[in-house]
Amino acid sequence: MIRLDNIVATYTTQRGQVNAVDGVTLEIPDSIVMGIAGESGCGKSTLMKVLYGDIGFPLGLSSGTVDYGLVNDRGEPITTENIRREWFRHISYIPQSSMSSLNPVVRIRDQFVDFPATAGRKKEVLAQVRSFVQKLGLPPESIDAYPHQLSGGMRQRIMVAMATFFQPEIILADEPTTALDVVVQKSILLLLLDLQKEMGNTIMLVSHDMGVHYQVTKKMLIMYAAKVVEYADTDDVFKRPLHPYTLMLTNSLPTIGDDRARHGLPGSPPSLWEPQTGCRFAARCPLATDRCRQEEPPLLEYGRGHFAACHYTDRVAGLKATMQAGPKLSEIASDPSQLLANLEGAA
Amino acid sequence: MKTILKTQGLNKVYQLGSFPRTIKVNALNDINLTIESDQPVIVSLVGESGSGKTTLAKVILRLVRPSTGAVTVAGHTVAGEGTRPDRNEFLRTVQPIFQNPFEAFSQYRTIDAYLLETAERVARLRKADAVAAVEEALAAVGLQYKDVRGKYPNQFSGGELQRASVARALIPHPQLIVADEPVSMIDASRRMIIINLFMALKQEYQTSFLYITHDLATAYYISDYIAVMNKGRIVEFGDAKQVLARPQHEYTQLLLDSIPRLDHRWTDQRDANRRE
Amino acid sequence: MSKQVKPRKVRKLNARLTIGLTIVTILAVSSLILPFFAPANPAAQGTYLKNLPPSLMHPLGTNALGQDIFWYLVFAVRNSLILGVTVSIGITAISTFLGLSAGFIGGSYERVVVIFMDTFITIPVLPILIVLGAVVRGNTSFMVVAAILIIFGWAWNARTIRSMALTLREREFINMARFSGAGVMPIIAREIFPYVYAFMVVGFINTILFAINTEAALAVIGLSNVVIPTLGSIIFWALNYNAIMIGQPLWIIAPIVTTVVLFLGLFLTSTGYNEMFAERRGVA
Repeated sequence: MIRLDNIVATYTTQRGQVNAVDGVTLEIPDSIVMGIAGESGCGKSTLMKVLYGDIGFPLGLSSGTVDYGLVNDRGEPITTENIRREWFRHISYIPQSSMSSLNPVVRIRDQFVDFPATAGRKKEVLAQVRSFVQKLGLPPESIDAYPHQLSGGMRQRIMVAMATFFQPEIILADEPTTALDVVVQKSILLLLLDLQKEMGNTIMLVSHDMGVHYQVTKKMLIMYAAKVVEYADTDDVFKRPLHPYTLMLTNSLPTIGDDRARHGLPGSPPSLWEPQTGCRFAARCPLATDRCRQEEPPLLEYGRGHFAACHYTDRVAGLKATMQAGPKLSEIASDPSQLLANLEGAA
Repeated sequence: MKTILKTQGLNKVYQLGSFPRTIKVNALNDINLTIESDQPVIVSLVGESGSGKTTLAKVILRLVRPSTGAVTVAGHTVAGEGTRPDRNEFLRTVQPIFQNPFEAFSQYRTIDAYLLETAERVARLRKADAVAAVEEALAAVGLQYKDVRGKYPNQFSGGELQRASVARALIPHPQLIVADEPVSMIDASRRMIIINLFMALKQEYQTSFLYITHDLATAYYISDYIAVMNKGRIVEFGDAKQVLARPQHEYTQLLLDSIPRLDHRWTDQRDANRRE
Repeated sequence: MSKQVKPRKVRKLNARLTIGLTIVTILAVSSLILPFFAPANPAAQGTYLKNLPPSLMHPLGTNALGQDIFWYLVFAVRNSLILGVTVSIGITAISTFLGLSAGFIGGSYERVVVIFMDTFITIPVLPILIVLGAVVRGNTSFMVVAAILIIFGWAWNARTIRSMALTLREREFINMARFSGAGVMPIIAREIFPYVYAFMVVGFINTILFAINTEAALAVIGLSNVVIPTLGSIIFWALNYNAIMIGQPLWIIAPIVTTVVLFLGLFLTSTGYNEMFAERRGVA
C-alpha cells in the first residue's frame, strides 16, 4: 500500500510560489491499475513527479511524505527521500513521448543495458531482454535498431519493456498512449493490463481520455486545482459519481451512439496564484451555495473506499438525472443560444 | 444543389530519401470526393496519422501542390494543373483553423492585428467597417473586442486563442472553413465549446466546415457526412450517423473497435471471444 | 494556499551589458567630442618637437614624427569607430535583407543568393585585402576600404539569418498571416523579422569588432590608408619607427591598450545583449 500524507508540492518561479499539489492524503492499494484524471493545471503531472521522486528546483516538496510500503536492499523503508535510488528497480516511469526519452544515436540494446544493475552481466541481460521484448509483441531484432527505425507504437512498447523489465512494484505512466494512433493505443493498453495481471504490480496512469480510464483502470483519482475531489472505484466514478466536477467531466464529451447534446464546462479553473477560500470548484458548479464559497469541503469517505470532497454529494445523483434527460443535439442544433450555453466567460 | 467541395483524381506523391534509395510515398491516392448540398454542411475527415487527411487539407488550402488532379470549392478552382486562382478570391472562399492555438499567432504581434488585417486585406473593408467586422466576428465566438485589443498570445488560454482563430476565419464569410484537428490541443473538458460553436456558426454564417480529426466521437457528434481515410485513400464515405452505426469497410470497423468506449470493456470482449 | 513571495525583479541590464556599454560609450563619446578641442591637426607631422616625454601639454608625449600621441589616438579611435559602425550598418542591412528574403522566398531566387553567399564565405578576406592593398599601397581612400569590408563581410551573418528564416517559415503563424491577406514583404517584416532581431543586434556589434579589427590588421601591414589616423595606422607608424627602441614605448602601448579596452567593451556589450535576450525569452 502506497501512503501519501498531506503532500504539498510547490513551484518557485519569478512570479512567486504556487502549490501545484495542495494537501493530498491518500492510500493506494497494491496490484491495481489506478487512473489519475483532471484538466490541465490540476496537478496530476506534478503528483506523478512527486510519486516518482523527480523533485528538483523549481519543484519542491513543501510538506508531506510518500511511504511506498516497500523495503530496499538494506531493509530500510522506501520513502520520498530514497526513492531515487530505486528507479527502474522498485519504481519506473513510462513517458508520453518515447522519442524524447530514447537517445536517437544509440542502439536500443545499448540503452537497455545502461544500468548499474547490469554491470558485468551484459550478455546475459541482453539475452533476457530479447526474449522479454518478444513477449511484448516485438521481434527480438528490434533492440538492435536505432530508435528512428521503429514505428511510434514499437518504440512505446520498448518504453514499456524498459519500465517493466526489472519487475518493479510500481509503474507510473504519464499519458503513455496519447501520441499514438487509436489502434496502436488499444494494443499497448491491453499489453499493460496483461503485464499487470502477470506481475501483480501497481500501475498509475495519467490520461485526459476518460475512455482510457474506463477501459483499463480499477480505481480513479480525480483532481481539480491542486486538490483531490474524488477517489473511487472506476465503476463508481462513471455510474455513481459523488462530486459534480466528476459528473460534468465524464459527461462533457460525446460518445458514438448517444445523441444527447454535450457542453464543455463553463468558466475555467481558478488561478492558483491567488489565495483560495472555500471549494475551488464553486465558481463553475451548478450546485454551489454560499457555504461552498466560504467553507472548503474536506475529502470524506462515503462508504466502500469512495471518497469525495463536496458539501452536497447527495444532490449529484439528481444533477446526473437532469443531464441524462437533457435535449438531443438535433433538438437544439438550430438554436445558437442553447448550443452556446457555456460560451461567455469560457476559457 | 451546390457543389461545396469536389476533388477529382487527386494524387500527391512524395519522394523520400536520396539517390539511389528513393521511396515513393502516395500521401494521396486517387481521391475523388464530391460534396453537394443546398445547405452548409459539416464534413469530417477521419483517419490516423499517415492516412493523408492532413495532406488533403493542405492541398485544399493551397499549402501543398498536388501531383495530379483538381479541387474545386464552391465552384472556384482551388488546385490543379495550371490553375492560378485570384488570391483574394481564394482567401474569401476558403479559410483555415489550425491545430495548435499557441503557434497560430506570432508572440510579437497582438492577436487583433491578424483580425484587422484579415478584415482590411481579405474582406477589403475600410477602417471603421473593418473594426465593426472584427467586433462582430469576436462576438460570434463569445469574445469581446475590448478584452482582446492590444493583447499578446501569451495573455490568453488555448481555448480563447482557438476561438480568436475561428473569429479571424469568419471575417471574410468564407464558403468553407478547413479545421485541422482544431480541438486536439484543447483541454477535454472544454472541447465541446468549440465543437458546438462550429454547429452554431454553420447556421449563423452559412459556412461549411471540413473537420479533420482522429476523434470519431466528436466527428459523429457534429458531422453531416464523414469520410474515412487510410493510407492515402478514402475507404468509406457517407452520412455520418450511418457510417458509424453500420460501417461497411473493415478499416472503419477496426477504428470503431479500437476507440476506448464508455459502454463496454475490451477485456470483457476478449474474455467472451476466448470462451467461444 | 499560495504564499505570496516577492518575486525577484527581472533585471534589464545585466553586469556584462552595463560594463560593456559604459566602456563603449565613454570611448565613443569622448572620441567624438574631444576632436573639437584639438589644438592642431594630429596627422600633420612636425607640429611639435619629436620624442618628447609625457607632460601636461602632451599627456602621452610626442612621437618620432612630431605628432602629439594623445590627440592622434583620440582621432584614431574616432575614425576606427566611424569606420566600424559604417561597415557594420552596411553589412547588417545587406545580410539581414538577403538572408531573410532568400530563406523565406526560396526557389531560384534563393539558389542564386546562396551561390553568392557561399562564394563570398569561402573567399578569405585577409589575403584578398592584402593583395588589393599591395596594389594600391597605402593610398586607398577610406570609402574603398569600407566598401571592400562590406562586400567580403556580409555573407557570414546572411547565412545564419537565412537558416533562421528557413525554420521560421514553417511555423503556423506564417500561414495565419498568409490567410490574413499579407504579402511576402509584410510577412518578412512583421512576422519573421522580430524573431531575428536579437541575433541582428548581437551581429551588429560583432561586425563592428570585425571591421575595426580587419582595418587595423591591414593598417599595421601598411596596406590601408596610413595617413588618416586609425588604431591600425598608429600602430603601423609606431612599429615602423621602433617606438620601444627609441624610448617612446607609450606610442605603441597606448593604442594597443586602447584597442584591447575597446574590443573588450564591444565584446561585453555583445554577450551582454545575448544574455539579456535569452533571459527575456526565459532560456537563461
